[in-house]
Amino acid sequence: MSNVAGAPGSDGTTEPQPAVERRTSETLHFAKRNPKLLIGSGIVLILLLLGLIGPLFVDHGPNVYIGPQSQPPSAEYWLGTTTFGQDIWAQFVYGLRSTFMVGFLGGGIAFVIGTAIGFIAGYKGGIVDEILNMLTNVVLVLPALVVLIVAVAYLDIKGVFVQSLFIGMTSWPWAARAVRSQALSLATRDYVDLARLSGRRTGKIITTEIAPNMSSYLVMSFILLFGGAVLIAAGLDFIGLGPTDGVSLGLMLQNSFTWSALHLGMWWWFIPPGAGITAIVGSMYILNVGLDEIFNPKLREL
Amino acid sequence: MLELSHVHKVYRVGAFGGSTLRAVRDVNLVVKPGEVVSLIGESGSGKSTIGKMVLGLTKPSQGTITFEGKDVTRLRGFGEKKEYYRHVQGVFQDPFSSFNPIFKADRVFEMIRSSYFPDVSDADWREKVLDVIGTVRLDPANVLNKYPHQLSGGQLQRLLIARALLLDIRLLVADEIISMLDASTRIDVLNLLADLKERGLGILFVTHDLSLGNYVSDRSVILRKGAIAELGPTRRVFENPLHPYSRHLLSCVPQLHRTWAEVDAELAANPPEDVVLPTVSEGDDSAPLVEAEEGHFVGIDQR
Repeated sequence: MSNVAGAPGSDGTTEPQPAVERRTSETLHFAKRNPKLLIGSGIVLILLLLGLIGPLFVDHGPNVYIGPQSQPPSAEYWLGTTTFGQDIWAQFVYGLRSTFMVGFLGGGIAFVIGTAIGFIAGYKGGIVDEILNMLTNVVLVLPALVVLIVAVAYLDIKGVFVQSLFIGMTSWPWAARAVRSQALSLATRDYVDLARLSGRRTGKIITTEIAPNMSSYLVMSFILLFGGAVLIAAGLDFIGLGPTDGVSLGLMLQNSFTWSALHLGMWWWFIPPGAGITAIVGSMYILNVGLDEIFNPKLREL
Repeated sequence: MLELSHVHKVYRVGAFGGSTLRAVRDVNLVVKPGEVVSLIGESGSGKSTIGKMVLGLTKPSQGTITFEGKDVTRLRGFGEKKEYYRHVQGVFQDPFSSFNPIFKADRVFEMIRSSYFPDVSDADWREKVLDVIGTVRLDPANVLNKYPHQLSGGQLQRLLIARALLLDIRLLVADEIISMLDASTRIDVLNLLADLKERGLGILFVTHDLSLGNYVSDRSVILRKGAIAELGPTRRVFENPLHPYSRHLLSCVPQLHRTWAEVDAELAANPPEDVVLPTVSEGDDSAPLVEAEEGHFVGIDQR
């Protein structure tokens, strides 16, 4: 950095721009030149828009038997139809919508639980830390998928919300551990002690002193949790434990598999959902690597 | 005003917390209003831990710390702590890490305002801030509305003292506040401390620098391995060190006109008179003091 703290002149008027402005514009500068971030966020945004807007232009439900059976893609049915005459394009856009929903809800719940536990454990330390750490480790060693299978199989309610809730409740531990280790090191900084001396409450110290210093870390945890939630949901759907009242990309895969689309050569049935899941999660991870490169100057190639 | 009585701090160390480390051992200490007390010791002697305990940032394992009759270690709840910090404030060693790097430096003033003076109007508050900035001899135009990395260590350190002065403080814990400063700003901060003392503030001055302790304090406490080695009026401690460790420490101060060999030769020629140091039996964690002359105490000798 050109302005060394304490150097003569650095405290004068030679510094026209405040640092945060400069820092954000610097981040933006590198963000605009990072192909990984641009490609990743581009694909995610396109798919998100497709899931949000696409269903508005479909005038029938995704599971309605509307047309000819087993049709390959055509001008009328863009992605063809299933063995039963369902429109695969309609299923795809509705499925994208519910996949994003699972990602946001499941990833969001896991993020909230994980960061809350991580921050409290890391900041409080001592016995609180030990108890929360034990809880985290217990949930961490639970075979999450097996628990999910059992829970989802025995509960009657099967919807996207319940599914995301279960995913969120089982996938938070690693986020909690990661946040805890960061909070642990930030909590020993002098400015945290100074905030305590200024009569600040614990919650306020965590949200205004510690969290802003690891914002990029938090963003990346959320992205990884999002991708993880999408994958777990797809896995549950594929083994037949998905929402029964709707449609999702994982359910489409399961249906195509059950009705032997692969053997019958109906590639238009299983490729769109498979490619959709891969594209969402893959571009999320690319986006994550891009963000990492932007926030961490050591990884910058420029 | 501030009284530490039989204060111990024991840390659990090792992989599973199996062994213990006694960072502070049986410390008894009094700070009166308008008095500067120096805690002098090498790294790891427990001086900063004492400062942290007085500020309520860590709890002592044993013993009591009372401030104006109230036991600091038993402050319950957020409200009582907040009231305590209205009168007792600290300034830390590293000014650069005392500021959150992503916010402007004068946010430390705003934190005080939102916690303690939510009803003061903007104009009154601004006047108050300008007043304390003047007290620490800073130019408001140079320091307000700046980020921490744009300010020098001395400016930041004085901003922290100004921050403490916004409150109605009676005790200031100054933890190595001079060590990070260069020589020219050092003297400013030291004179500032002398001004504060004139106002009747008690100051607990934590330092590893003997000459600073000598310059600023009324009474000095020399710590070794967590226990008090010697305690007394600064002049007496420095002119007539009684504890072998203090003698050793004082002979280690480099002198401008003499070489080490000359110092050693002089010390060997006139060996100082010995005092009988208190002793404790094996396994006893207390550290008794013996009054060698009026107000001048010596403690146990730890190997």
